[in-house]
Amino acid sequence: MEFWLPLFFAGAMGLALLVYVVLDGYDLGIGLLLPLASDQEKDLMIASIGPFWDANETWIVLGIGILLIAFPQAHGEILTAMYIPVTIMLMGLILRGIAFDFRAKAIARKKDMWNAIFAGGSLVTAAAQGWMLGTYITGLNHSGLSYLFSFLIALTLPALYVLLGAAWLLIKTEGELFDKALRWARTAILPMGLALLLVSIATPLISQTIADKWFTFPQGLRLLPIPLLSSVIYLGLLWLLKDQKHLRGGSEWMLFTGLILLCVLAALGLAYSILPDIIIGRMTIWESASSTDSLLFTFWGTAIVLPAIIVYTFFVYRIFRGKTTALTYE
Amino acid sequence: MPDIDPFILARAQFAANISFHILFPAITMGLGWILLFFRVRFTTSGDPHWENAYQFWVKIFALSFAIGVVSGITMSFQFGTNWPGFMEKTGNISGPLLGYEVLTAFFLEATFLGVMLFGKNRVSNRVHLLACALVAVGTTLSAFWILSLNSWMQTPTGYVIRDGVFFVESWWAIIFNPSFPYRLAHMLIASMLTASFLVMGISAWRMKQKVDGPATLKIFKSVAVIAMVLAPLQVFVGDLHGLNTLEHQPAKVAAIEGVWETHSGVAFTVFGFPDEKTRTTKFALEIPYAASWILTHDINGEIRGLNEFEGEHPPVAIVFWSFRVMVAIGMLMILVAWWAGWQLFVRKQKPGPLLLHAASWMTFSGWVGVLAGWYVTEIGRQPWIVQGLLKSADVVADHSSGVMLSTFTAYMALYLFILISYIATLRYMATKPAASLIALGELQGMSVSHPTHQPALPAGK
Ligand code: HDD
Ligand code: HEM
Ligand code: HEM
Repeated sequence: MEFWLPLFFAGAMGLALLVYVVLDGYDLGIGLLLPLASDQEKDLMIASIGPFWDANETWIVLGIGILLIAFPQAHGEILTAMYIPVTIMLMGLILRGIAFDFRAKAIARKKDMWNAIFAGGSLVTAAAQGWMLGTYITGLNHSGLSYLFSFLIALTLPALYVLLGAAWLLIKTEGELFDKALRWARTAILPMGLALLLVSIATPLISQTIADKWFTFPQGLRLLPIPLLSSVIYLGLLWLLKDQKHLRGGSEWMLFTGLILLCVLAALGLAYSILPDIIIGRMTIWESASSTDSLLFTFWGTAIVLPAIIVYTFFVYRIFRGKTTALTYE
Repeated sequence: MPDIDPFILARAQFAANISFHILFPAITMGLGWILLFFRVRFTTSGDPHWENAYQFWVKIFALSFAIGVVSGITMSFQFGTNWPGFMEKTGNISGPLLGYEVLTAFFLEATFLGVMLFGKNRVSNRVHLLACALVAVGTTLSAFWILSLNSWMQTPTGYVIRDGVFFVESWWAIIFNPSFPYRLAHMLIASMLTASFLVMGISAWRMKQKVDGPATLKIFKSVAVIAMVLAPLQVFVGDLHGLNTLEHQPAKVAAIEGVWETHSGVAFTVFGFPDEKTRTTKFALEIPYAASWILTHDINGEIRGLNEFEGEHPPVAIVFWSFRVMVAIGMLMILVAWWAGWQLFVRKQKPGPLLLHAASWMTFSGWVGVLAGWYVTEIGRQPWIVQGLLKSADVVADHSSGVMLSTFTAYMALYLFILISYIATLRYMATKPAASLIALGELQGMSVSHPTHQPALPAGK
């Protein structure tokens, strides 16, 4: 128990954050793409995420919640070290979230302002999250080089979100907006791929702990499938976007699915590089875990409730399946 | 940068954030149930006015909910950014409680909110009702867990401390700690009252502006009934809550009452200016023996004064004053609710202009009451973060005051902006003529901006 419970919660936390990146990723991507669309398309784009964004955002609360529940020691240290980016991200999330609602209700001439706040909030959030991820990978280091690395990721994550947003629009829209979304996806995929490559190269350079895990034989071999599979999927996506036959021929979900797979692989690679540490090079998950009694109490709840959450989330996605129509409260 | 103690700034920032956050849950927790009531009335009676009522208020609900969610996310990060020591020391207890809130409440409300807001044409009426009910249940459940944690911090039980870290002895004793039932009841009633007076106030304003539809009076009547019942009940529950506090946190009650020295036959100070330097209450207006009677039900009962808690009692003046503000709001609520009830149900009249004025002045009274109440509770707990066991000063994060000051300023600016936008939007929405009036206007080819006020309108559907 003492061994397995922290591992279980580390897994659950990783899963929650992964789900967050994918789900709120497409919301944030829509926010990033908003300035490129016409007024009418803006309404439709936002309508396409209307019923989902709130629940999507809750996954980050769960992720941080598990960090807090299961690894209170690390929770305090990580959040204190990331005080500034966290604050900036929170402000971005706040602006994005309120603009979403205000724009639909406020006086018509204020709508442009709220659209701008929606897009700005999304950008700030996405970049701050990238920065946080970078800081985390460097083991909460505050040197010039790690700032550079964090900066790199702060550019990469928004690119990924843009792709997710465009892929979501392929599923949810048709006609002109669909064409636009396809164009956006094609524009974003190359920079995103390049950025991912750069990040992968930089990661072992920046962290000795990670370099050791990647480049020792035979341990490092276990990692090999991840870059290989990722490359295959990435090339597949490139082809999908170039060929367009599948995306236009009723299989528009393929881009989104491919991106999910990429995210899953990235998460696995990250997990492999970090575990069993919770703060790289400083603290393992066992060292920072809560008492076994407390973990067990939460474990039972999680084991019962998490499946229920997944079931009703699917139920809601089913209710709103298909192409989006204008958003009304009727 | 001016050199302000980072500890003070951490407290101020946390206080500002949670004060901002609670404004919106206070509305959504109550309004969720009121909306469910509108939907159920429509379903059982088929009267489309109830549907109009729902349509109007669900928009305000959605807006409040969104602000509640984003400010709540800020809160869940603040424990780590501002009070890391708190989680390190009490994480075994506070972690799971917060965790259950996320698992059982947040996902429920956030997921079904989508169906509630946008799913009406996609699901059957029954599923939609269920979604509304689940959102209401979700908000209430979330109050359950967070208040359980907060109450535990006020009246800790069921723990053991080893090497300065809290461990669980009994979950039952932790969740149902001694002050929890009172706090939960008091807070849930407070949010029903907050929502009722918001609805009543805006409805009154719409009647005054003559932009109301036929649904408005129905709405006004139903929330008036809710307020008539709950406002007096709140006084009763508050009294029980106070007695419970006297037992567990006597220093807080001494500050509430402004009792400096332990003695018997204590007078209740209605007004006055507590001064900690001279340890007296200036310009005190007192009712002899009343405090002893309220707290011990004996006019000669003894009350422990602040002298017994030297160095470990909260700042007196702010607790003293917050309490009086809360009670004053409670009394005003009773007055307005019963006045409305008397006009509506005894004299069977439409609310007169004076009542409409009073009700629209009370629109945000719930906010004032809720904030004042929380200040009593939270500042009254100082200097402790966990009553009697852990001090706030020992768990604060060591950010520099420059950093704290800039983030604090940024938050304040953001919150001010949101509050102004929120109230302006409510005003704008309240000014829009009712849907039924628009329908009528289109029917008769009239301009919508000059709605004629007619008592008997056709159903707005
Ligand atoms: C008595 C009620 C109450 C109190 C004292 C608090 N909250 Fe709250 N909170 C709610 C009642 C609520 C709610 C009614 O459940 C909200 C408001 C609107 C909403 O969407 O849910 C909410 C939303 C909300 C959310 C977003 C949930 C989501 O994604 O749907 C978070 C993360 C928090 N809160 C966290 C906190 C923390 C860390 C608090 C204490 C320091 C806190 N809340 C005090
Ligand atoms: C007039 C009657 C009232 C009395 C006697 C009363 C009593 C109390 C007391 C003694 C506390 C502090 C409890 C503690 O922390 O130890 C409290 C807290 C509080 N009150 Fe009141 N109250 C009254 C009316 C109201 C009204 C009208 C509202 C709001 C609409 C309100 C909202 C709150 C809130 C939100 C808290 C903090 C949460 C809690 O501790 O329950 N109260 N009240
Ligand atoms: C929602 C209504 C609430 C309001 C308006 C409120 C208000 C405040 C205020 C004004 C302070 C600062 C006190 C001071 O330093 O003088 C404070 C501190 C604090 N409160 Fe609350 N609070 C609320 C709910 C909660 C809840 C539900 C929790 C926890 C579950 C909580 C946990 C804390 C903590 C950890 C501190 C900081 C440490 C301290 O100063 O003691 N609060 N709150």
